[in-house]
Amino acid sequence: MITDFRLPLGDLVSDGIDVLTDSLRPLFDLIRLVLVSLYEAVEFVLLSPPFWAIIIIAAALAYFVKGWKFAAGTIVGLFVIVGVNQWENSMASLALVLVASAIAIAISVPLGIVAARSNRASATIRPILDFLQTMPAFVYLVPALILFRVGVVPGIVATIVFAMAPGVRFTELGIRGVDKEVVEAGHAFGSSPWRILRQIQLPLAMPTIMAGINQVIMLSLSMVVIAGLVGGGGLGSDVVQALSRIDVALGFEAGLSVVIIAIYLDRLTAALSGKRRTMWTPWRTKATITEAAPSPAPAAATADARVGASV
Amino acid sequence: MRAPKENVSSTSSVSVSVSVRNLYKVFGRRPKDAVTQLQSGASRSELGPHETAAVIDASFDVKKGEIFVVMGLSGSGKSTLIRTLNGLLEPTSGSVAVNGIDISNVPAAKLREVRQKNVSMVFQHFALFPHRTVLDNAAYGLEVQGVRRAERLERARKIVNIVGLDGWADKYPSELSGGMQQRVGLARALATETDILLMDEAFSALDPLIRREMQEQLLELQAELGKTIIFITHDLNEAMFLGDRIAVMRNGRIVQIGTPEDILTDPANDYVAQFVQDVDRARVLTAGAVMEPARAVVPLSAGPRSALRVMRDLQAGAAFVLGPGRTLLGVVSDRHVMRQVKSNETDLSRVINQEHASVPADAALVDLFELAVESPLPIAVIDDKRRLLGVIPRVTLLAALGNVPTNTTPINIIEPVSIIPDAELDAMLASPELTSAAASTEGTLA
Repeated sequence: MITDFRLPLGDLVSDGIDVLTDSLRPLFDLIRLVLVSLYEAVEFVLLSPPFWAIIIIAAALAYFVKGWKFAAGTIVGLFVIVGVNQWENSMASLALVLVASAIAIAISVPLGIVAARSNRASATIRPILDFLQTMPAFVYLVPALILFRVGVVPGIVATIVFAMAPGVRFTELGIRGVDKEVVEAGHAFGSSPWRILRQIQLPLAMPTIMAGINQVIMLSLSMVVIAGLVGGGGLGSDVVQALSRIDVALGFEAGLSVVIIAIYLDRLTAALSGKRRTMWTPWRTKATITEAAPSPAPAAATADARVGASV
Repeated sequence: MRAPKENVSSTSSVSVSVSVRNLYKVFGRRPKDAVTQLQSGASRSELGPHETAAVIDASFDVKKGEIFVVMGLSGSGKSTLIRTLNGLLEPTSGSVAVNGIDISNVPAAKLREVRQKNVSMVFQHFALFPHRTVLDNAAYGLEVQGVRRAERLERARKIVNIVGLDGWADKYPSELSGGMQQRVGLARALATETDILLMDEAFSALDPLIRREMQEQLLELQAELGKTIIFITHDLNEAMFLGDRIAVMRNGRIVQIGTPEDILTDPANDYVAQFVQDVDRARVLTAGAVMEPARAVVPLSAGPRSALRVMRDLQAGAAFVLGPGRTLLGVVSDRHVMRQVKSNETDLSRVINQEHASVPADAALVDLFELAVESPLPIAVIDDKRRLLGVIPRVTLLAALGNVPTNTTPINIIEPVSIIPDAELDAMLASPELTSAAASTEGTLA
């Protein structure tokens, strides 16, 4: 008896997607067009210059945010990618990651701000994030495939959905973690909520938000391979190919390229968030404070002066 | 002044900066109901489990230019109270008026304007903006007001110098010690040029020496700027040192409002009495509060013989000599006067010793110890025209510190005790010239 009953959840969602596809076709076509153009524009920027130009720029960036060791590692890593003939695939995947994470950040940071400002919004958003984050990533591909058809776009959309959660969570955490008294000080001097957000909460939450952005980018990269399943191109398609052909060599080379790009992006964004933090917590404070602290002598002197004056 | 609720007649008076009437602040699910309960006599503990009454029926006026200290232990509601004064917390019931503007029911924009132009605040843990330099911190209030960058930095720099941070303007708060950070907090509040300053446990996070220094600096600044300061503290000594008037809070209610001396000498209830037990009385009590009527005094016109008579009667070895209008001329000792009597001199002024200790009535007792040690005579308390108001013998000084009620039961000791044998004095005073001079002395002293 009991086995006959079945919750028709899957059918419901499937029907819902069908309705969406039928009624909002033009909207999804528009989104598809926008995402494709964005992706192609970024890919064009990355692929049209010779590979060594991109490597020089990446290394310069690495040197600027962290130092020469990171720059040297960047050059070695990227040359390895060129050496295993995965440069074009890597740039295609990088373009996908950049577009997807940029959009994920653009959605998740404001959502995080909203969640930080209202307990009700936070309570609403949190279970949705749990859902998005723990649902197996492949599952997003199916509806994305139906809505946006085969190609790079379902990959980007699935990546955005999957990678968004830490952006929201870290932003909320960062803003809620700003010293309450400091925010109160903003109010006490008559600042508007917008000014407090812009001048106090966001700057002070920035290290945490940057950590969230770092996580968004890393999760995007991990989705690249899965995007290959739906024709996302780039490194993902080579990995998928290697899997279907049991081609260990190809699989390793494509996989290694993903790892190199991942490490580069991780260290880059981590260094960015770290840099902001050091700006206002210099390491040299302790020694200077003890020397500079005003001596108690003036206090005693004024007390004496008062006695003298009163006699 | 001593009653929990102050009897205030007018709210529109110009001399009142902040006026609080029947203020309640209850946190919880049904705050309004809790207020109704409290108003009909319920105590704080009788409220529901979800309601917490932080401030109960507070009414007081803060006068322009005074330092009004709200003192209480943690949980007494003082921090909540101060936050209703600039609208950081909205009162559950009752009203708060700042410079005549009722801020308990105004739109957010108006409230922001009041905060920008009328009330600024200094915080317990400084609440500086760690990503801004000292100068930019100090300029924050002006920035919010929309003052142009060049002007606000210039004005902020002046204030930064006034609070003693010249040379530190371009540092970040984390590079400063606690005392210096709170100077930045003070500068940030002063730079806005609001006439009301809220200070929420502003010096509590500082170590004692720095705290003392900041308190003294605040008083110096206050003498110069004449702000209205509402200062929250849990430290009674701090309250007594800074406050022109003090409101003592307990369990959300104001139990006494009065001057430091009122509270020390005449506590409203056992709680306040217990609280003031540990206070450093020497810093609070003034010479005027503990002095006793001067008894060993002679008018200059009385002459040596009647001076000696006075000292003999009081068993004193010295007496204060007063000129016209009770102005204090100096001190004569019995030995010198006796020599004069022996050689039949009549001008007392020739033996007056002018080097005696005298203090104004508002001198703190702590400043009298050294004088009391050095001088064998009671310390004279004089007003600004050098008129003798009273004297403080060492015994009185000690009694005041020990909280012995000196004013109600005078201690019958006159210092210094005479060292000349009674018989010799009696013999001296038995001579015929005595009567007329003695009569005139009695008249003056009465």
